Amino acid sequence: MRVNGQDIHLGETCTLQAFLLREGYVLDRVAVELDGAIVPKSAFETVVLKECDQLEIVSFVGGG
Amino acid sequence: MRIILNGKPIESSALTAFALRTADEVVILNGFQLAEDRPLCAGDQVVRIRKGIMPGKDELEAMMSARHTPGVHSQMKAGRVAIAGLGGLGSHIAVMLTRMGVGALLLVDFDVVEPSNLNRQHYTLSHLATPKTEALKSQLVEINPFIEIQTQAIKITAENAREVFAGYPIVVEAFDSPTSKADLINALLPTGDTKIVAASGLAGFDSANNIRTRRRFSNLYLVGDLESEAREGMGLMAPRVSVCAGHQANMVIRLLMGLDSE
Repeated sequence: MRVNGQDIHLGETCTLQAFLLREGYVLDRVAVELDGAIVPKSAFETVVLKECDQLEIVSFVGGG
Repeated sequence: MRIILNGKPIESSALTAFALRTADEVVILNGFQLAEDRPLCAGDQVVRIRKGIMPGKDELEAMMSARHTPGVHSQMKAGRVAIAGLGGLGSHIAVMLTRMGVGALLLVDFDVVEPSNLNRQHYTLSHLATPKTEALKSQLVEINPFIEIQTQAIKITAENAREVFAGYPIVVEAFDSPTSKADLINALLPTGDTKIVAASGLAGFDSANNIRTRRRFSNLYLVGDLESEAREGMGLMAPRVSVCAGHQANMVIRLLMGLDSE
């Protein structure tokens, strides 16, 4: 799977939410694009990732 | 030859720029203030300004945009940009877009100006306790009276964001809270073609060179160093906040000029 422009091995099948948590992301601070389309937050738990997916994850830090 | 003089097309017999002015006037030719005389060509944009004199409103707008690169002003005038959050980022971005002459701005913030804002935000003591929407608008109309400014003193949520920003093809994300930032992106990007210019990572006094503009997703531009989070021990201060605001404002200008690369 390609994540933020880098190839990574997904390992066992998992949902987007499980992947994000595994990678240390804070769910309410991220926006995710999967194969060119924004994934609504409500779908994080149901989207199942595949090795051929292209994932872009933006995670925000505070300050403005 | 046909030239544009102080915003109006005229037929001119002058062969050089200085032939159009009196000795006490500044002459700006195609966005550049002249120190020496230059020959004129058809289509040139010339602005002559007499210092110390308040011009009529019909000439003022042309004079105010005289230092823009030619062709930019009309593109700005057609622009509609919303700014979500009027703190250190949003207040400076609004000032810059106002100076650029962006035709319609929507300013959104629920908060009032308080003393801890003054280390980085575009407000003064006289604005304390005033809603940021009002405090900022009052400054912007003094900078450029030729733009339309709408304000909404409300808190943006995942539920109301689409309705509030409807009709604005470019939205600047300038919130403080990381969850508010993510909520705005997640509310606006899935539908429609709104372009968002957002920020992440601008606290502290690490090198300003680490603050960059990156295109992430097809309609999301992200400015910052992506890491420097406002937290205990890491403050938010005017220089880096302003650098980030400058990046965001310039990305907005690029989008309004039809350029979509970072």
